[in-house]
Amino acid sequence: MTEPMVISSPHRHVGITVRGVMVRVAAALAPGILVYLWIFGPGVLIQCVLAMATAVATEALILRWRGRPIRTALGDGSVIVTGLLLALCLSPLTPWWVTLMATVFAVALGKHAFGGLGQNLFNPAMAGFVFVLLCFPAPMNKWPAVPAAGAPAPGLMNSLGVIFVPKAEAVDAVSGASALNHMKSRLGLMEMVSEIRSDPVYGNFGGRGWEWIAMAWLAGGVALLVLGVIRWHIPAAFIAGMTCVSGITWLMNADVYAAPVFHLATPGAMLGAFFIATDPVTAATSDRGRLAYGVLIGILAGLLRIWGIYPDGIAFAVLIGNACAPVIDRYTQPRVLGVAG
Amino acid sequence: MIRELHAFPGGLPLAHYMEWTCGEESLLQPLPARIVLPLQQHIGLPATPIVNMGDKVLKGQKIAAASGYVSVSIHASTSGTVTDIGDHPAPHPAGITARCIVIEPDGEDHWYDIRPVDEYTTVDPRRLQEVIRDCGISGLGGAGFPAHVKINEGVENAVDTLIINGVECEPYITCDDRLIQEKASYVVAGTRMIGHAVQAKHRVIAVESDMPAAYAALARLVGDDIELVQVPARYPAGGEKQLIQVITGKEVPCGGLAIHIGILVQNVATAAAVYRAVTRGEPVVSRYVTVAGAVPRPRNLQVLLGTPVTDCLRTCGYEPQPGERIILGGPMMGQHLRSTDVPITKTSNCILVQQEPEPAVELPCIRCGNCATACPIRLLPQQLYLDTRAGNYDAARQHHLFDCIECGCCSYVCPSHIPLVQYYRHAKSHISAEERRRDGADHARSRFEARNDRLRADASAETQRESAGNTASANSEYVRAAVERTLARRQARDAGPDGETGSHD
Ligand code: SF4
Ligand code: SF4
Repeated sequence: MTEPMVISSPHRHVGITVRGVMVRVAAALAPGILVYLWIFGPGVLIQCVLAMATAVATEALILRWRGRPIRTALGDGSVIVTGLLLALCLSPLTPWWVTLMATVFAVALGKHAFGGLGQNLFNPAMAGFVFVLLCFPAPMNKWPAVPAAGAPAPGLMNSLGVIFVPKAEAVDAVSGASALNHMKSRLGLMEMVSEIRSDPVYGNFGGRGWEWIAMAWLAGGVALLVLGVIRWHIPAAFIAGMTCVSGITWLMNADVYAAPVFHLATPGAMLGAFFIATDPVTAATSDRGRLAYGVLIGILAGLLRIWGIYPDGIAFAVLIGNACAPVIDRYTQPRVLGVAG
Repeated sequence: MIRELHAFPGGLPLAHYMEWTCGEESLLQPLPARIVLPLQQHIGLPATPIVNMGDKVLKGQKIAAASGYVSVSIHASTSGTVTDIGDHPAPHPAGITARCIVIEPDGEDHWYDIRPVDEYTTVDPRRLQEVIRDCGISGLGGAGFPAHVKINEGVENAVDTLIINGVECEPYITCDDRLIQEKASYVVAGTRMIGHAVQAKHRVIAVESDMPAAYAALARLVGDDIELVQVPARYPAGGEKQLIQVITGKEVPCGGLAIHIGILVQNVATAAAVYRAVTRGEPVVSRYVTVAGAVPRPRNLQVLLGTPVTDCLRTCGYEPQPGERIILGGPMMGQHLRSTDVPITKTSNCILVQQEPEPAVELPCIRCGNCATACPIRLLPQQLYLDTRAGNYDAARQHHLFDCIECGCCSYVCPSHIPLVQYYRHAKSHISAEERRRDGADHARSRFEARNDRLRADASAETQRESAGNTASANSEYVRAAVERTLARRQARDAGPDGETGSHD
């Protein structure tokens, strides 16, 4: 007897697919990538292409090795978004082999070692990022200098050269420090925030140029909220947590601690709040849980930025948050209807 | 008095597609060539046949008697000859076939000698219950819970609020809307009768905000004794627990019944049936059915119970076509029909034809939480999915599997296209079968039944999953057990009023 086909209600679907979600996330990243491109030249695009291609190739290989259908898994698009997010966390000047290793680590160990889509405990992009940050700190700290007003961004050949033919002079010619690096190192030299902020690398809120990228991530994030791809709890809680930590320290001593708005106007904070911490697989699931999860990451990221040895702590904060998500879920289960609470 | 309404958690703002059918008068579905009446059209035990093959029966004549407390009788829906008592395809949860009585109509449609109750306000509420049970009234909204059981609970417990549910449970369905528009006086009078039978303090008739014509029809008839309420259209506002929450702000205790918080809910069609039963002694022999979706002439029909679905479709100009799916019920909770030879029963509210959807690939859960956000019971569907898929039924129970109303909201929003409800149904029927086996261990007779059940469960595990069309049916064993527990508890207790069920407002 043949097995009867099982058709169970509901007979309708809202029409969202995982792939649809991923396409929307990628589209929401577009404005930020464009601003990035405009300010810093094509380096960022090269990183994105490199990381996405590596991610797809890695996943295809692993799926093949695990004997899983390659087409469906690649078709969901999640690995492409992983590659994209990872590339956007890296400096556009990152040497190609660093990007490659970060991506392979992210996909192979961050995602598939846990069983693939939906099974991973840690955000793969952040796992890959932290991996190379710990192993190759030197190239990771080279950030492009914001071109002086009127000066053009580095061209394609220049960017390709920096990434694929790492000659020290070429790198130094274009490299500077991100606003966070800059702030951190100058604070270490016992300068006051107000003095440091008068440096031309700063703009109105954060680093000059960088703040525009942050705005673009914010715009993309709001678009995701409006489209219903993400919900407000995690970004809002993240921003609240980070504002809290930076606000308290700033109120305590505005000379040695930067204002909350400086922290929020960094690309890392906005990308983290709207695109990385909101990765559903590794976040808490209930609304209350997500608030707790977001606040936790926001606070940790703030603390790590202020007192950590790395200029930015968002990746670490997200990974710690990931590790706590199951516990958070456990204690924030919604009260089932009709159960006295 | 304007009642303050409340929101229920989750739910979905679904498009209703009501305009297709709610404006047109219902048609009388002609007498079919053959009437097939399943012995179980309600939650509980199947009725027991009291006629034999070859007997002549009249319309409205009782042909199967309620067997036990949670059961209702079945009546012939037209006059004719009983040609078979046996297994026939039926929309029954336990399998594709079920025991049915088959009647070959004689075309006369002669009524049996039926007798009304003279004056319902002077009649003992218990007598009224008997009438209701004798007339074969089970919830006509879709769940099919025997009406007298609920009413009896209402007589024994103080009923604070009687809610007559006119909120269509799902998109496309307009049979209640049409019934109200055409038979508003029945609904209102039936409401008063049930209200009298249970001595309800408040009586509420609820309709959805997008049913203006029905609202107007009722508004002309209700007096100070009945509140007419329009609830916002949001799926599943027509679910019993959700409607109670919207209207009273109260939550039905988990594992308990509405009556435990002093509330009794009946469907509008049930109220109309009560009116007929009381004033004319007329049992349930027909119902309103919406035929909607991809049919040439979508319409509401008044259908004699036992009429094949095929006949109803034909009335609406539909001929079966490949690539289309026929659903008994609505798009969210309806049951997929593999054959349209099955009869309309007391709980069939809609026949929906829709295009076979593109098969979607089921991906792993990405823990997006969409399902939990949409769940009106505030369950964790993703957790239940993990539990049930792993066969971890104890964990699933702890995560309140049995509070799931199978509304389908979770599956509807899942980006990974996981058929969540299907997993839950399978788990529920598995657990129920297990439980019956365990409970029956002391008793030779129960043991025999359990064995039968088990064999049947084994044989039809797949079909069960498929055909357990509505919540209630998959839940039926569980509900029955709950009711019986309640009764046992009550017997063991003093008859005095008790704090938990008393009505304090
Ligand atoms: S909606 Fe689907 S993918 Fe999302 S958490 Fe629920 S089961 Fe998982
Ligand atoms: S089917 Fe069950 S789990 Fe899913 S949304 Fe409805 S009540 Fe919740």
